[in-house]
Amino acid sequence: MSVLEIKDLHVSVETDQGTKQILHGVNLTINEGEIHAIMGPNGSGKSTLAYTIAGHPKYTVDSGSILLDGEEVTTMTVDQRARAGLFLAMQYPVEIPGVTVTNFLRTAKTAIDGTAPPIRTWIKDVRESMKQLRMDKSFAERNVNEGFSGGEKKRNEILQLELLKPKFAVLDETDSGLDVDALKIVAEGVNRAKENTGLGLLLITHYTRILRYIKPDFVHVFVDGRIAEQGGPELADRLEDEGYDRFLTESNVG
Amino acid sequence: MSAASAQLNSTPTTAVTASEALPTAEQHGIKEHSDGRFGYVPVQTRSDRFKSVNVADFAAVTGREAVWKLSPVKKFADLTSGPLDGSVYPIDHTDVAGVRVDWVDRSDSRIGSAGAPEERASANAWSSFEQALSITISGEDAKEATVTRAALGSGARGAHTIIEAKPFSRAILILENTGEARLTENVEIILGESANLTVVSLQEWGDSAVHLTNHFATIGRDARLKHVVVTLGGSIVRVNPSVQLTGIGSDTELLGLYFADAGQHLEQQVFVNHVAPNTRSRVTYKGALQGQGARTVWIGDVLIGREAAGTDSYEQNRNLVLTEGTRADSIPNLEIETGDITGAGHASATGRFDDEQLFYLQSRGITEDEARRLVVRGFLSEIVQQIGSPLLEERLQAAVEAELTATEDN
Ligand SMILES: Nc1ncnc2c1ncn2[C@@H]1O[C@H](COP(=O)(O)OP(=O)(O)O)[C@@H](O)[C@H]1O
Ligand SMILES: [Mg+2]
Repeated sequence: MSVLEIKDLHVSVETDQGTKQILHGVNLTINEGEIHAIMGPNGSGKSTLAYTIAGHPKYTVDSGSILLDGEEVTTMTVDQRARAGLFLAMQYPVEIPGVTVTNFLRTAKTAIDGTAPPIRTWIKDVRESMKQLRMDKSFAERNVNEGFSGGEKKRNEILQLELLKPKFAVLDETDSGLDVDALKIVAEGVNRAKENTGLGLLLITHYTRILRYIKPDFVHVFVDGRIAEQGGPELADRLEDEGYDRFLTESNVG
Repeated sequence: MSAASAQLNSTPTTAVTASEALPTAEQHGIKEHSDGRFGYVPVQTRSDRFKSVNVADFAAVTGREAVWKLSPVKKFADLTSGPLDGSVYPIDHTDVAGVRVDWVDRSDSRIGSAGAPEERASANAWSSFEQALSITISGEDAKEATVTRAALGSGARGAHTIIEAKPFSRAILILENTGEARLTENVEIILGESANLTVVSLQEWGDSAVHLTNHFATIGRDARLKHVVVTLGGSIVRVNPSVQLTGIGSDTELLGLYFADAGQHLEQQVFVNHVAPNTRSRVTYKGALQGQGARTVWIGDVLIGREAAGTDSYEQNRNLVLTEGTRADSIPNLEIETGDITGAGHASATGRFDDEQLFYLQSRGITEDEARRLVVRGFLSEIVQQIGSPLLEERLQAAVEAELTATEDN
């Protein structure tokens, strides 16, 4: 069974004002098949955690480690991490002009598997996933994220999640900016991926509403660069009622 | 449009990629420049520039002239002022029915019918050539022909070419240039009524080649010229296409693709003159720059004349900067003399290679090298895909690929 362990992770970023510490000792263990929700106010460092796991060059790991089945991830390149089984659905997916979705997906799949996917089953898989995500066939020939609406970009992220079959996926505010119909389609896609591959999920969100459709096993409250409290699904309900104020006050005092 | 005559002269953009000049806040690299910032600048109307076929009518080139100010003129003084070898040179060409290739005398009546020199290197070539290479296209069937120059040698040369597409004729003509050269030349392209011609000028010169060329085109009624400039090889290559839409309903598509490596100077000054009513033009040039001293210049002038009611025009230039130490100039100019147009616009953008794109692709398991290739290939393929010759498209994709591989070896 696969396991992703984050141990006492300290991360900083270079800004115009100098080095800024963002994560102050994050500890988190995710087992295969588990869903962990990370909830926290804006600016608490959720995206920083997501990017650090994926290896974005802007973020420096000052100390601590990220282990995938015991292997140190923080020394791997971005593409090595993906090939090791990590996936990040981005909060703001970027446009790649001149590169079609079809070409991109095939190139990524080939890179991750180490061999080109068998053409017939691959085309069938792509079509099937697109259909279930209610993406029109024409998307396949469009350039990656170019001219996509916010919702279309998020569906395109989930399409990749389904096709690339990672061991662990981090979804960074995949729910933000989606109307309820799109939210359901995206949530179904995530649940389907989990059913098919048994991956572990780190679901980052600002709001509780996606948790109506994707049931977390654990909820972590993220404040000021660390986990302030953790519990089961009931913690999400409490946050829905009370908001983050309780934590913000504590962190200000502390 | 209410102004009867207005010079719409947009702010030129120059991107210098010295590290201190790079704004770090630019997340997505591409710096857009498009309409909305027009300033009214009184300059001479583009079509009023001095013209002469006689080199003695032009003063010695200083580099301060409008047409030369972005070019390294000292490096080709032999072409602007020296004596030129105007003799016939070796060519290779495919044998295709309906495409006649031969040499004609200076007295050929077509010479001078598509344009005249506006600068000294062009006039020097005009004064020097002994015979003109003539390519005459006839017949309504689709066909493709290639004319190759591969042995021009390293002495300073002047040359002249006439390309004539007879009324209703149709063809794709590929002009291939390889090997060494120090060449200044004029190419006249004459399209009869309803002719449909694609001219692809392919500069794959050797590393030390210098090539200055002016393509003068005149387009007859309802005729269509697709003109494609692909410049990959050579030390200094300057290709200036100038298209006169003189026939009612005439149409032109001007495409360009260039890839400047370390030390290369690749320049194109494009001019589209909408003379007749209901004419259409599209100009799309895309370039990539990589390596110390890689330099590109694009100037795009569009003039919509007093008689050119119903004009539809759009021009754009996009540059992708792959490394530090490069410089791309991109200057669109739009001049409108009639109030009655269908559309006119322009855009110019020069952007760095986008780290966020790279991260996105890598986060899907794609290696950095492959991600770079994917992005550049994607950027340039917009031009390649519009050429309309599958074989040539494949060949150009391979040539772009080779340029990209060369980067990694540097
Ligand atoms: N690349 C960056 N450059 C400068 N500051 C950053 C950068 N990324 C994050 N930060 C800062 O770190 C803090 C946490 O940001 P982020 O991880 O995006 O939070 P969240 O995703 O929880 O909203 C914020 O104060 C933000 O301004
Ligand atoms: Mg965020």
